[in-house]
Amino acid sequence: MYALVDGNNFYVSCERVFMPSLRKRPVVVLSNNDGCAIARSDEAKAMGIKMGAPWFQIRHLEEQGLVALSANFALYGDLSDRMMSLIGGLGHRQEVYSIDESFVDLSGIRGDLVKRAHTVRARILQWTGIPTCIGIGQTKTLAKLANYIAKSAERKPGSYPAQLARVCNLTALSPVELDQILAATPVAEVWGIGPRISQQLQEAGVETVQQLIRLDPATVRRHWSVVLERTLRELQGTACIDLEDAPTSKQEIACTRSFGKPVMAKDDLREAVTEFTSRAAEKLRRQQSHAGMVLVFIRTSPFRKEKQYSRSITVPLRRLTADTGQLVQAALAGLDAIYQTGFKFAKAGVMLLELQAANVLQGELGLEDERQDDRSRLMVVMDRVNLRYGRGTVMLASAGLAGEERRWAMRQERRTPQYTTRWRDLQLVRA
Amino acid sequence: MILDMHPVINSGHPSLDLSRPLAAEHFVAMAHLVDFRVPAGFPSPAEDHQVARLDLIELLSSHPQATYFMRIAGSSMTEAGIFDGDIVVINRALEPQHGDIVLAIVDNDFTCKRLHQSNGQVRLKSANPAYPDIRFKDGQTLEIWGVVTAALKLFRKPNW
Repeated sequence: MYALVDGNNFYVSCERVFMPSLRKRPVVVLSNNDGCAIARSDEAKAMGIKMGAPWFQIRHLEEQGLVALSANFALYGDLSDRMMSLIGGLGHRQEVYSIDESFVDLSGIRGDLVKRAHTVRARILQWTGIPTCIGIGQTKTLAKLANYIAKSAERKPGSYPAQLARVCNLTALSPVELDQILAATPVAEVWGIGPRISQQLQEAGVETVQQLIRLDPATVRRHWSVVLERTLRELQGTACIDLEDAPTSKQEIACTRSFGKPVMAKDDLREAVTEFTSRAAEKLRRQQSHAGMVLVFIRTSPFRKEKQYSRSITVPLRRLTADTGQLVQAALAGLDAIYQTGFKFAKAGVMLLELQAANVLQGELGLEDERQDDRSRLMVVMDRVNLRYGRGTVMLASAGLAGEERRWAMRQERRTPQYTTRWRDLQLVRA
Repeated sequence: MILDMHPVINSGHPSLDLSRPLAAEHFVAMAHLVDFRVPAGFPSPAEDHQVARLDLIELLSSHPQATYFMRIAGSSMTEAGIFDGDIVVINRALEPQHGDIVLAIVDNDFTCKRLHQSNGQVRLKSANPAYPDIRFKDGQTLEIWGVVTAALKLFRKPNW
């Protein structure tokens, strides 16, 4: 038995905790560089704003009261941390699935689960100010579906029985009730069924979860895939996906960003690529891996009517490394190879590939000079200094100077203060 | 290192197989397992009595996930010991009671006052005669954001 807990319109809810004036108003949170909407309040959804809507397309709605904010990830991360630790009280094992979602294993929990879920939900709301919805089901896929029902029942009254709003336990329903609910739920809402598969299912006459659940798993595997078969078995109540309590190491690490302003000069791109590589290298060391290859890409904006250019290159490394200096050297060599003058670049990115655990070392035949100086201890010191005194305290010189000089720096004109992570950003209270 | 391995085998280290090369990380684990020091001097008499040092955070917050800090602007609470520029500690897990100093939301703004309840009437009282209390008309709502449990004063300006 599993629960899925998630924060409603999480980023917007975080902003409302410290800005009561945002309540009941249409609010969107914008992605890096204030590019597009990545979170919407219910009121903003009601205005017809879609997920991912570019800011320039919805900007005119400001006249109708829309408030747009730049993403404040320091705040969201802290409130997420508080929320996750309270969600953990629901059961014995927990998987933090994303910044605003968490699965909990409910096996061994006795008593009324719906009551328990309501208690935890009320505690999260009181302690952190974040409203949540909780779905409970026999499997992770069913818990996710139950969560969708809990959310829909709250947001769109009439879509599902009102008592399922906020907390929905599918296992507590009678067979008749369950059947009605599944018949009212389109297959596209099932976890793991993307737009393409959902299209195919609909063409085959399978439109609702009720219809899907009646299919034979073997047939589904023959016609579609093992993955869809697994989803089907999960919907039928056989748990196939267990909790991942320990985060798995990433197979690739990326740092890509759009620039605040278009960039033409190679020097500016070199700064950006150095910065992105340094950030990725930090993540690489945090998961104790080494990288064998660096991918660099640069591109112009597809939204602008200008000459377009987009290229990427992968640069193999002679040896696996987690050394920021060596990774940056490779990334800049890649940039040199793909850079062309005369274009207005809007975005660049770096990906570290062929990752391996740092404790696995490849033996070498003595074909070349001794290994270069091992700078892993320098990297440890650099990471510690940056953790303690703030990002960018120690960095490679090719990342350029921080502040105004960085022509490519992110635009975040509408960011709220970091109320819970920076002393100088504390909220003021009238007395 | 070879000599050190015997205690490891005896302790039944699960993943140790001498026929294979060891991954580098096992040496770290081993170093821990075999680290029994021979005391050369007089053993510390405090060894058996070790407890955690006093922690200010523990004193200030009984509910860490529900604890927040904000800064005071204004002088309406001076008689309660809360001055302009102080940092207040707010606990959202506590149920506000009559007499508590609270952080309330009035007209979409945060304000710090004393919660006063009598005969079913709720007021937010200032702790300075120069400032009026806040009373509520019918239909006006009062929301308590959290209970103020402490005020912090720093006598040297920190360098943030």
